Amino acid sequence: MTIEKYILAVVTTNPQKAAGSTAIFPCENRAEMELIAASLEAILDGIAHRLTEELYIIVKH
Amino acid sequence: MNEYTYPILFGVIIGTLTRLYMLRTDYRQYPTYLHGKVIHVALGFIAAALGTVAIPSIMEQEFTAITFLTLAASQFREVRNMERNTLTELDSYELVPRGKTYIEGIAVAFEGRNYLVILTSFATTLAYITIGWWAGIIAGIVCLFISKKLMTGGKLSDIVDIEHHELRFEGAGLYIDSIYIMNIGLPARQEEILKYGMGFILKPKNFNVRSTIANLGQRQAILHDISVALGVFRDSGTPALVPLAKRDLDDGRIGVFVLPQEKDIEKAKAVIGQVPVLENAIRMPTESKANKKGRKLE
Repeated sequence: MTIEKYILAVVTTNPQKAAGSTAIFPCENRAEMELIAASLEAILDGIAHRLTEELYIIVKH
Repeated sequence: MNEYTYPILFGVIIGTLTRLYMLRTDYRQYPTYLHGKVIHVALGFIAAALGTVAIPSIMEQEFTAITFLTLAASQFREVRNMERNTLTELDSYELVPRGKTYIEGIAVAFEGRNYLVILTSFATTLAYITIGWWAGIIAGIVCLFISKKLMTGGKLSDIVDIEHHELRFEGAGLYIDSIYIMNIGLPARQEEILKYGMGFILKPKNFNVRSTIANLGQRQAILHDISVALGVFRDSGTPALVPLAKRDLDDGRIGVFVLPQEKDIEKAKAVIGQVPVLENAIRMPTESKANKKGRKLE
């Protein structure tokens, strides 16, 4: 599997919604979630995709 | 000096001039550097010489000399390889790459131009020797026009209608009209995209065009050309800010999302209209025998 097909990180305010081997970043609130997602986006050269209002994934395209 | 000196000189000069005429540095910025140009002028000179000497060889009944033309063919195939390799290497460092289809098109054009030079030199020398110097000049001019005609392909404005549409977000999804482009999660990124982005819809004028503009290489060529002509608002490591072209599966329209530095709708439309229709992307489904039956495709 190439890195382009892999979810690099999950950022969420509801940790119960995410599980698995990917790095999961539980957050207190929406502002913190957006901040962490923005930082991870820059660090990983990926895109922060919003799946629901409480869940972001970082993917490299 | 013999009776062939002037015709040969004449043919070589006209041939080399034809190559120079076809070697224009335009918005594609290629070949822009002096050494690249020198290579192509030198190869054009060789092509001109090969085309020219074929005529005296025939006149002197030295038919084996003609076989040298086969050498030329393999020589100029190398030109295509050279161009392909260079451009592919450079492409990985472009902010918006040209794409393989575009590169192949450019490489083929470079090879084809040398054959046109051979043809031009061949025709001018033939006219010079058999009729006179003035006929050589006329043949040269005619060949120049033919070369220009053969080297100018179609433009996108011939095959599609270009419309500007505002970008909009539905939740995290970026849309142009009804065409989904991508998912942008962060509100800050969404604001950037709405501020700097532009959306265009390419509407195919007939059924054949649908397949042509659906070609991924053709779409990449459009994105590359806009980014070259109008600049691009992105840097390495910002995959959220990437120009994209997506297709409407229902009617074959293409949504083009770009991030130009110069946000001018009319200019952008003009640039998209000038994008060459890539030879390798052209499809003609209506020419298929099977498609002649049944209802007419639209």
